[in-house]
Amino acid sequence: MRVDGLRLPQSTATIGPPLCRMSPAMNTLVFEDFKPGPLGRFGPRHVSAEEIRSFAAEFDPQPMHLDEAAASHSMLKGLAGSGWHLCSITMRMMFDGFIGRTASLGSPGVNELRWLAPFRPGDDITLDVEVTEARVSRSRPTAGIVMFKMVTRNASGQVLCEMISPIIVQRRGEAAT
Amino acid sequence: MHFFEDIKIGERRELGSFTFTAEAIKTFAAKFDPQRFHLDEEEGRKSLFGGLAASGWHVGSVCMKLLVAHGQREASEMTARGEAVAVWGPSPGFRDLRWIKPVLAGDTISFASEVETLRASSSRPAWGILEARHSGTNQRGEAVFSMLATAFVPRRNSNT
Repeated sequence: MRVDGLRLPQSTATIGPPLCRMSPAMNTLVFEDFKPGPLGRFGPRHVSAEEIRSFAAEFDPQPMHLDEAAASHSMLKGLAGSGWHLCSITMRMMFDGFIGRTASLGSPGVNELRWLAPFRPGDDITLDVEVTEARVSRSRPTAGIVMFKMVTRNASGQVLCEMISPIIVQRRGEAAT
Repeated sequence: MHFFEDIKIGERRELGSFTFTAEAIKTFAAKFDPQRFHLDEEEGRKSLFGGLAASGWHVGSVCMKLLVAHGQREASEMTARGEAVAVWGPSPGFRDLRWIKPVLAGDTISFASEVETLRASSSRPAWGILEARHSGTNQRGEAVFSMLATAFVPRRNSNT
């Protein structure tokens, strides 16, 4: 698969994407702004040990996410963040990157998600987003369904998580806000 | 937590329930998903959700919370009976996650998990791979959440 954004050397990672496909005059991004192809790289987002423990204590209190000694004997070979924490961080990076200024109506789900490597305390996470498909909704003609592929990586470029998920976005002229 | 050999397809576990208060919804959303319909009642009412709605990632994370709590209860019961407790491995992922209906402030969601498939791991002989359908149902009996999750489960008599 050809994903231009993924060829960027790490040093070019910036906060916010180039978003060159999108009209700079438009404040709110609508369905028509999302065309198949790479959308951008977001981050890096630093994750502290404290954040990892705090999320795990509330939502995923397994020893591999909380306890250094127990984690060293686990399949993850050391303290690692909850996969749900990484998903939630990915959502926040999407929001800060472009969803926060997109006429998003929400998402119906996630087609597929793979946790490929553990994320560690102190990791700096980058997110590459690609639009794989964009089509007008049959049931809701005022909106479109944009399929995103999201890939998170640590600072050494190792892929941590890949997911395919659609988001429903209003069409141009339909955005109420 | 059971070993791979002791798990059967179709086994269903009731994981317990969780009430999504407005405060919990907003706290999670402020950190991870600050879209307006997750932060503000009025914006929620104007949205497709029809009310202040929990982030889908909040719903998934709560499902994980109840899965872990259930596993810990199961483990302590097994320990009390003198049985060996299996320590499950991490999950390689999931598929077909659906946020079927919005989870609104005040909703109480009951979660359950049902084993769908079991197979040996070809790359890790000490482990089996389990797929389970986790689901969430609200207080009106409506399905709101569903996902097919994968987990590594240790085999009996293996030193992992």
